[in-house]
Amino acid sequence: MSTDAPHITPNAVHEFDVDAVNKAGTRQPLYAKRRKIFPKRASGNFRKFKWLVMAITLTIYYVTPWLRWDRGPYAPDQLVLIDLENRRFYFAFIEIWPQEFYYVAGMLVMAGIGLFLITSTVGRAWCGYACPQTVWVDLFLVVERAIEGDRNARIKLDAAAWTPSKLFKRVSKHAIWLLIGVLTGGAWIFYFADAATLAQDFFTLKAPLVAYATVAILTATTYTFGGLMREQVCTYMCPWPRIQAVMLDENSLTVTYNDWRGEPRSKHAKRLASEGKVAGDCVDCNACVAVCPMGIDIRDGQQLECITCALCIDACDNVMDKLGKERGLISYATLNDYNTNMGIATGAASGEATIDPTRVRDSRTGRLLDSLRHTNWRSVIRPRTLVYFFGWAAIGLAMLTVLALRSPLDLNVLHDRNPLYVLLSDGGIRNGYDVKILNMTPQPREVTLTMQGLDGAAMSLAGSTQLATDQLVFEVEPDRVLPVRLYIRVHPDDLSEGRTEFSLVATSDDGNVRAEAHVNFEAPR
Amino acid sequence: MSDKEVDDISGTETTGHEWDGIKELNTPMPRWWLWTFYGCIIWAIGYAIAYPAIPLVNGATKGLLGYSSRANLDAELVAAKAGQASYLARIDAMDVADIVKDEELARFARAGGSSAFKVYCSQCHGSGASGAAGYPNLNDDEWIWGGTPEAIYTTIAHGVRYDADFDTRFNEMPRFGADQILERDQIRAIANYVAELSGGEADPALIAEGETLFADNCTSCHAEGGVGDPELGGPAINNGIWLYGDGTVETIIAQINEPEHGVMPAWREKLGDATVKQLAVYVHGLGGGQ
Repeated sequence: MSTDAPHITPNAVHEFDVDAVNKAGTRQPLYAKRRKIFPKRASGNFRKFKWLVMAITLTIYYVTPWLRWDRGPYAPDQLVLIDLENRRFYFAFIEIWPQEFYYVAGMLVMAGIGLFLITSTVGRAWCGYACPQTVWVDLFLVVERAIEGDRNARIKLDAAAWTPSKLFKRVSKHAIWLLIGVLTGGAWIFYFADAATLAQDFFTLKAPLVAYATVAILTATTYTFGGLMREQVCTYMCPWPRIQAVMLDENSLTVTYNDWRGEPRSKHAKRLASEGKVAGDCVDCNACVAVCPMGIDIRDGQQLECITCALCIDACDNVMDKLGKERGLISYATLNDYNTNMGIATGAASGEATIDPTRVRDSRTGRLLDSLRHTNWRSVIRPRTLVYFFGWAAIGLAMLTVLALRSPLDLNVLHDRNPLYVLLSDGGIRNGYDVKILNMTPQPREVTLTMQGLDGAAMSLAGSTQLATDQLVFEVEPDRVLPVRLYIRVHPDDLSEGRTEFSLVATSDDGNVRAEAHVNFEAPR
Repeated sequence: MSDKEVDDISGTETTGHEWDGIKELNTPMPRWWLWTFYGCIIWAIGYAIAYPAIPLVNGATKGLLGYSSRANLDAELVAAKAGQASYLARIDAMDVADIVKDEELARFARAGGSSAFKVYCSQCHGSGASGAAGYPNLNDDEWIWGGTPEAIYTTIAHGVRYDADFDTRFNEMPRFGADQILERDQIRAIANYVAELSGGEADPALIAEGETLFADNCTSCHAEGGVGDPELGGPAINNGIWLYGDGTVETIIAQINEPEHGVMPAWREKLGDATVKQLAVYVHGLGGGQ
């Protein structure tokens, strides 16, 4: 605050307590240079889990388009195929037509609620384990380590002058990264066409331009995001950390530095002990920082950058093992756990605020007290997560039910509005209908169209010489829509009102599937 | 100003904005973001040079690449016309009746006819071709001049009572009352007979007389029993479909007394033979074609 009362200097010049807004010493850089991160290889249970997730997700991604599913002679035999050209989506026994896009909408809603559910229970698990950005960055890091060595070697190499050896390492690293990028982009296109055919066309330069463009774009993004930008994508480009952070509550599991047992941290615990002071479990070895792919220090508390990959837990547990101390200095914990234990460590009841390591330890053995609160996995079950779970499950069940009950034969009927009806010379009244018969099976079908609830009616096809009849038989090609222009005529003596509701019924030749459309027959009143 | 506020926990300066006790940290953006921003500016400048961008008084700057959505549309139209050319050549060379039998060609002709109908015919016949008083409904199966593809083609090509066309359809009903060819009572008798013929309400006492008078005066065009004669353009009057009036005795009298006649222009000169053929195929396919 600038003071309004200037004090008088000996020379009687007014001196003001004021800073120029752009004073060099106080100016913050408007744009920060990126700080390089050299994550060290971690080992432990979470690292193993991440390897497993990586193996599963990458396998699913790369292998899925090559799995086959026999649908007979009239449909593609690819397990998962997004056939944009014919507007069909094949997923195993499920075949989705464009008008059934609500399945996709339902799956997106499930994915959203699923994310709420996962985040409110185990925090940002998506970010840490399953997000493609995380998985591919991990994969790129594997390549980097294999070529350039682990953390220290990489730091040294980065600082070293350019030698043929460094050039070779760098070129081969980027070459392999690019190759991974190509494979990633390459796998994507196989979801949209027959994989084997497209692969052949792709290498003989006969594939459509969009295939090459897609591969080029995905190669560029994979290489740039996974190889070059890494944590920058998560921190600055991705909206999820902002959204996910607000879905956490005091019962959500997050990666937590348990400072109630770690502080005061010291590299010189023994010396402190000899001085009669008590140190916490943290030996300030910075192993947790060295392994962090986001380059943060978890001991600073929960941060936006943290993707909860838990590699710091692995690193710290290894250190604790070496020191003969209990694991879990960094652990998955809820805010409730943390607050309870922090209360014990600080004696919050008595109003003290500093952590006293002796409060959480048995004075004789030095072990942590049993009375400390431990993570209880049942804490994830609470009204909020139950609501998410049942909401998620309800949508899934509803979709399965609709899927199980849907008929592979459908009938869409549109009644002519202009004219609503036509008076014929024999006194009859004719209505026109645009009928679409949908055969949603990969077999050709013979479909019989009949009327119900319209007495004395006769059907005929536009442009057909076939005489009016009470039923029509159509051959519908496999997996196709047959559009039919249908005329129905009724003598007014058979009509009691101006408008008669009736049904058009389509039945398959085997009689197994049936579709019904409720329509009106219009007549002058 | 020295009232800079520094956040206690992060040690970062705040922007001074506060919502519900939450203060915004003034964290610097990454530098690559700045470069991306500069890149976008450079891209925008290049884009503005390469493509039409800056609006001027008469149009906009052309851009170095010569892109124009109007030129694209022209190219698409030329391509579409070229795609239609083979169909139109076949339509030109074929008779309407043969076009109707060729399923693929008929589908093309019906689509072309439908859009031509909306432009040139819907003013009188309605967009659904259901007509109006004095303008025939083309959906039904009554045809004054015949409902075969060829007959419909001739009607559209040369028009009806259209003096400028030598081959136009022409037939006029005499003004039986206005020109005093028949007496008022005779006209009333004929009208009752016709009402009876078409299934309407009639005075039974007058029917026998009307029948005789009808045979003498009307059958030359409307044929015996009023079934009509498409060769001469004599409308069928033995059904409930009426071009003028609603089939009551009074409206029939009015039409016998001083008949109204519709006029349709000849379209072949104006639209060309192929379009007229497409219109004929479309109208034939509306449901009443013979």
